[in-house]
Amino acid sequence: MDVRARGSLRLEGLVKRFGDVEAVAGVTLDLPAGKLISFLGPSGCGKTTTLRMIAGLERPTEGRIYLDGEDITDRPPHLRDIGMVFQTLALFPHLTVAGNIGYGLRIRGVPKTEIDRRVNELLALVSLQGLGDRRISQLSGGQRQRVATARALALEPRLFLLDEPLSALDANLREQLQVELRLLQQKLGITTIMVTHDQREAMTMSDLVVVMNQGRIEQVGEPLEVYRRPETAFVASFIGRTNLLRGEAADGVVRVAGRPFDVVGPVVAGPVTISVRPEDAHLHTTQTPERNALPGRVVFVRDLGELFECYVDCGMDEPVVVAGSPRERVHVEQGQPVGVSFPREACVVVEG
Amino acid sequence: MSELRRPSRGTWAVLAFPVGMLAVFFLVPFGIMLATSFYHRIEGGFYTPAFELDSWRRLLHGVFIERTLFSIGICLLAGAVCITLAFPFTYFLTRMRRRPHVTLLVLIMSALALSEVIVGFAWSVLLGRAAGISNILVWLGLMDEPAAYQPSFLAVLIGLCYIAFPYCVLTLYPQLTRLDPELTEAAQTMGASPWKTFWTVVVPIGRPIIVAGFLLAFVFTLGSYLIPAFLGRPEHWTLSVFISDQATFNANVPFAAAMALFLTVLSLGVVGLVTWIEGRTRG
Repeated sequence: MDVRARGSLRLEGLVKRFGDVEAVAGVTLDLPAGKLISFLGPSGCGKTTTLRMIAGLERPTEGRIYLDGEDITDRPPHLRDIGMVFQTLALFPHLTVAGNIGYGLRIRGVPKTEIDRRVNELLALVSLQGLGDRRISQLSGGQRQRVATARALALEPRLFLLDEPLSALDANLREQLQVELRLLQQKLGITTIMVTHDQREAMTMSDLVVVMNQGRIEQVGEPLEVYRRPETAFVASFIGRTNLLRGEAADGVVRVAGRPFDVVGPVVAGPVTISVRPEDAHLHTTQTPERNALPGRVVFVRDLGELFECYVDCGMDEPVVVAGSPRERVHVEQGQPVGVSFPREACVVVEG
Repeated sequence: MSELRRPSRGTWAVLAFPVGMLAVFFLVPFGIMLATSFYHRIEGGFYTPAFELDSWRRLLHGVFIERTLFSIGICLLAGAVCITLAFPFTYFLTRMRRRPHVTLLVLIMSALALSEVIVGFAWSVLLGRAAGISNILVWLGLMDEPAAYQPSFLAVLIGLCYIAFPYCVLTLYPQLTRLDPELTEAAQTMGASPWKTFWTVVVPIGRPIIVAGFLLAFVFTLGSYLIPAFLGRPEHWTLSVFISDQATFNANVPFAAAMALFLTVLSLGVVGLVTWIEGRTRG
């Protein structure tokens, strides 16, 4: 069942208004076949509404949706060739595990022996062999999640849609299933769109991350690219943690608190915002360099064993965070005057 | 934490009132009625305390057995018609936008305010010759002359359905409101048309409440005596009509009491049977 060739999706100027509220405010996007793409953003950013429009559960106010070049905007959900895992999982309480997984096949009138064969295949695919006769109420959270996944894949759909698929699970299980789901998706090569508000989940699983905010796309890119080269202050602070340094640019020189900074990215004269990841900043106890560095005073030290963090007041609105491995920890005390340096390649100019 | 605590003194005090009310206003009258059913009837008047099986024996007469079967039959039918109409109605009601949703619900509730007398009279006018529905059909040119549709079996059935329908809706409403919309959406993403979704997801999940609503309509219509009396001929009368007939017109209270008890036991029997079948056949 090679599905690599199919499942490319194009969204063209999608807009969705609920009364006066604009949930999605113009989304245009090309989603390549066979990849896992996550829509990432805070709640209310329009990511779920966009997914529901792709599924046909919500009608766009404006814009078109193309699946493999075919306009499916006006097609009802049951004719769209999609599989979807819902946030509540939406497993049917009146059916067994096998009944749930085989539901779509039964609707289609597939012969019973063929359904049984397919269901067993799918149970094996999600490592639930032998649990076909269980009731949904007898399953653990992780098992339910797997049933929902198997059920959505039963019809070998062109698109696999996941709406916060792991949000009901506890942290450890969630991390484990993120890996499982991703491996499954890679094995099947099915075009998958996942909605999540968890940047760690998006980074773990995606080929491509679409960061959304207030109904608009902020940035599209590979996970690490989005992490290392955020284009806006929102993306920089939503994906991971960051230090936002506010400065001024004049005559081609960027200055933060009066000190010169070498940065990455185009600089226009006027106010400049620089994003620096905590793990890229360095602490100096003896001498603070002249360029790309700020003097300050240690406010707080957090040592978690796996991670060491130092909060330094550099006279900005928020303390600057420096993070690193505890083994390379520079010993500092609360209240101690220090310097923080920011390597040029880590200083990314962002919008906003 | 989840262990049930022993009820405290305060819990008993709170429970005492409803339990007391139930004892005084349900069990006591029930006991009196049971006793009365064995009393001796004095022809053309009253009854005296006695222990006779005359009233109970009379129930075995062919005419009463036939009436009993008819009553159960028509009420089961009314229950079935009611639930068949009320289930899809309530389901679509809960999926509507807020404004029409609330409006319709209020309308249904206001039908509850109508007494059975008014409902009976209204339907007897509507189904009658003088000012009934047939006049509209004549005016539209669909019929040659107005006709009377009551008294008839159908008229009784319509009346019974009319009074039980709101109760059916109210039984179904809370559960159907809580039905997760993602369940039906999931079915649709798996290729089920809205119609298929309704039959393969909504109805099976709603099965327990469908049975509950059906039984409620059955028991409720079994107790109605005004509707069959207004809209039916004597051959369409249910046991309830005969009970009131015996108690008020024939002044045969012991026999009325026996019939009332018989009807109570019988309806409990049907309710038990249906519940049992529902439990047995559930997946």
